[in-house]
Amino acid sequence: MTDNTTLLVGPFNRVEGDLEIRLDIAEGAVTAAYANSPLFRGFETILQGKGPRDALTITPRICGICSVSQSIAAARALADLAGVTPSVQGEKVAQLLHMVENVSDHLMHFNLFFMPDFARPVYEARGWYDDVVSRFTAGAGSAIRRATEARAALMHITGLLGGKWPHTLAIQPGGVTRAPTTRDKVRMGADLAAFRSYLEEVVFGGPLEAFVGLGSIAALDNWEAGDAGLFLRVAQEIGLENSGVGKRRYLSFGAYPSQSGEVFKQGILAGGVAADLAPQDIVEELSHAWMLGPDMHPSMGQTMPDEDMREDAYSWCKAPRLNGQTYETGALARQAIDGHPLAVELAQKGSVRARVAGRLLELARTQIEMERLLAEIDPREPFMKHVKLPQNGTGVGLVEAARGALGHWIRVEGGQIASYQIIAPTTWNFSPRDSRGVPGPVEAALEGAPVGEGEETPISVQHIVRSFDPCMVCTVH
Amino acid sequence: MNILWLQSAGCGGCTMSLLCAESPNVFDLFKSAGLEFLWHPSISEATGAEVRRLLTAIESGEQELDILCVEGSIAHGPRGTGRYQMLGGTGRSMLDWVQSLAPKAKHVVAVGTCATYGGVTSAGANPSDATGLQYDGRHSGAALGAGFRSQSGLPVINISGCPIHPDWVTETLLLLAEDALGPNDLDSYARPRFFADNLVHHACTKNEFYEYKASAEELSQMGCMMEHLGCIGTQAVGDCNIRLWNGEGSCTRAGYPCINCTAPEFEEPGHGFTETPKFAGIPVGLPTDMPKAWFMALASLSKRATPERVAKNAVADRTLVPPSVKARKDD
Repeated sequence: MTDNTTLLVGPFNRVEGDLEIRLDIAEGAVTAAYANSPLFRGFETILQGKGPRDALTITPRICGICSVSQSIAAARALADLAGVTPSVQGEKVAQLLHMVENVSDHLMHFNLFFMPDFARPVYEARGWYDDVVSRFTAGAGSAIRRATEARAALMHITGLLGGKWPHTLAIQPGGVTRAPTTRDKVRMGADLAAFRSYLEEVVFGGPLEAFVGLGSIAALDNWEAGDAGLFLRVAQEIGLENSGVGKRRYLSFGAYPSQSGEVFKQGILAGGVAADLAPQDIVEELSHAWMLGPDMHPSMGQTMPDEDMREDAYSWCKAPRLNGQTYETGALARQAIDGHPLAVELAQKGSVRARVAGRLLELARTQIEMERLLAEIDPREPFMKHVKLPQNGTGVGLVEAARGALGHWIRVEGGQIASYQIIAPTTWNFSPRDSRGVPGPVEAALEGAPVGEGEETPISVQHIVRSFDPCMVCTVH
Repeated sequence: MNILWLQSAGCGGCTMSLLCAESPNVFDLFKSAGLEFLWHPSISEATGAEVRRLLTAIESGEQELDILCVEGSIAHGPRGTGRYQMLGGTGRSMLDWVQSLAPKAKHVVAVGTCATYGGVTSAGANPSDATGLQYDGRHSGAALGAGFRSQSGLPVINISGCPIHPDWVTETLLLLAEDALGPNDLDSYARPRFFADNLVHHACTKNEFYEYKASAEELSQMGCMMEHLGCIGTQAVGDCNIRLWNGEGSCTRAGYPCINCTAPEFEEPGHGFTETPKFAGIPVGLPTDMPKAWFMALASLSKRATPERVAKNAVADRTLVPPSVKARKDD
């Protein structure tokens, strides 16, 4: 690769939505990266002037892959607006719907989006290449087909409780629209048992509890079974433990919040030090986004696209910062902030392998949580409280989508939405530079990525970008 | 047949739904029917420069294209430039790409209500100036003109739905692969009739409540949702309650109303999605093909005839009163 060139990478696929990345390259490595989210739809503007309940229909349609997350964020924002909590049992059903979606997304990311890159000819000399080709060739590999079937079967829980996926309207501020019966419970129990069998036979090649019990990277290094083992072998051989290292500042809004607390804790983790999250310290900066107006907290934010697409900006994505700093969010952040010992060690590495292993760990842990949650669902209880929304007020809904922290901030005046602001996980991870010129998390993680002679779409860049599991449709919304 | 799939201004949920296809999975199904992706953004290996070369080859005619599938609406803004959605790495808008590639395709298929009619992306103030491929809401002529015909002679085939049912897409593509989908197989909004000749009302489990106008008053109650909760399943096309979703689901079975997501302009009902607009206490929308006077007469009669069981269950979240079981004759 000649010195000081620029590469434009796009359309960047096997991410959700479209992405374009500009790379400055010198001496065979990326020196600077610029992530452009090239699609603006304007959901925040679409919502203005509508009745607040319409957010339950419209916001899930921001994203076809984390639709339930959007739904729950909207329902929580409306419940907060009304000053109520949902019915205890309705909340459990909503949590189960949410876990099914997050698990499905992790499964899809690993099998359909991330692993197929190792079946590229650039790796044909590797000892594991034939295995990866057979299991993960894009659109055809045996693991991909099996994962798609397992996901579709798991989603029967969503069909039963939520009517369909994506874009259910079952999740409401007061609970859920369908009260499951005891028969429904045993049916869903069978679906979960089938999914556990799949995970144990195929993904992990061993008991979930054994994988969840791994307490260190040293222990993880010895896991050889299943497709997880295949990934770890690939990762070790090509150095993914040192690739795409981020700033190691992590953020989680807390996953599956309920009246009895979160399943995976809320908080931040920076330089290995855990602290409480202060959501009031979030600011969305606009210096490098095609957006007009001042930098604001989302409760006061605006969405005014710059139709001229000014030269010194390069993305429709705003740049959220917490206390002026970038934060990475996602499964690794969530598991580390929750204090899982393996995830805590992985978070210190902050690499491609750490992100993917964090996701696998969460996949296993969430299956166990789904089983617990289903057992707690009591069909004799009510699943909905009827909630009257006030004519004026504000509300906040903070949840964790598969890809990380998702927040909805609503203000209602005269019974209509006066403001609706959303920060999605990939808004954090794929944010452009801020007013201090500091790159967003993926941009920073790409610095130093090796670029081989003649590479038009550097393979290292693909691994790093996909390790974040970006959802570009959510990013700008 | 080969397929190029583009994702324009939408949520990607139609692909996510497509991947829920079962018996067999979508990969095995397409393979058995000789359908293969030239490129699909969520599925294919190729990325970046490899994709740009493919698109250029199709544009120049060097690569033949059998089926162009477009998912998501087409952004025309700002100011008609289409720059609210640039296709990554190409410096060109999706609007431009679609207009350039569609005439090369034997068939053009719009997947989902965004791609067909504009959908939720075009709701409210329609900030991105979004339309469907060939329709802007109910009006023909959008990113592609009203007179556009693909090389097969068909207009854009509109598989609407928010999202689509996976089988609507797979079966449409299977029919195209068999050369078994003609102009008469599409309805007046160019939707395949194999699903659009049904109403969501057909096989709705709330039909007994509907018969007596035994209505749910709040979400989560079992009664019919037409009178109070905005359900328009009696007017919405789709076989949602016949073939079911994700196993045994449908919107109405999960206790929330059909919002007519297969129709143009469903995103702007003119009232809250879960409210029924009324005039003098009477719902404004009537079931498809039902004369108003008859509807009124039958509704008032059937309301009075409502069995106690149906009336009680309608406002409960579970069956309180089961159907009575006839005693045996010799008991």
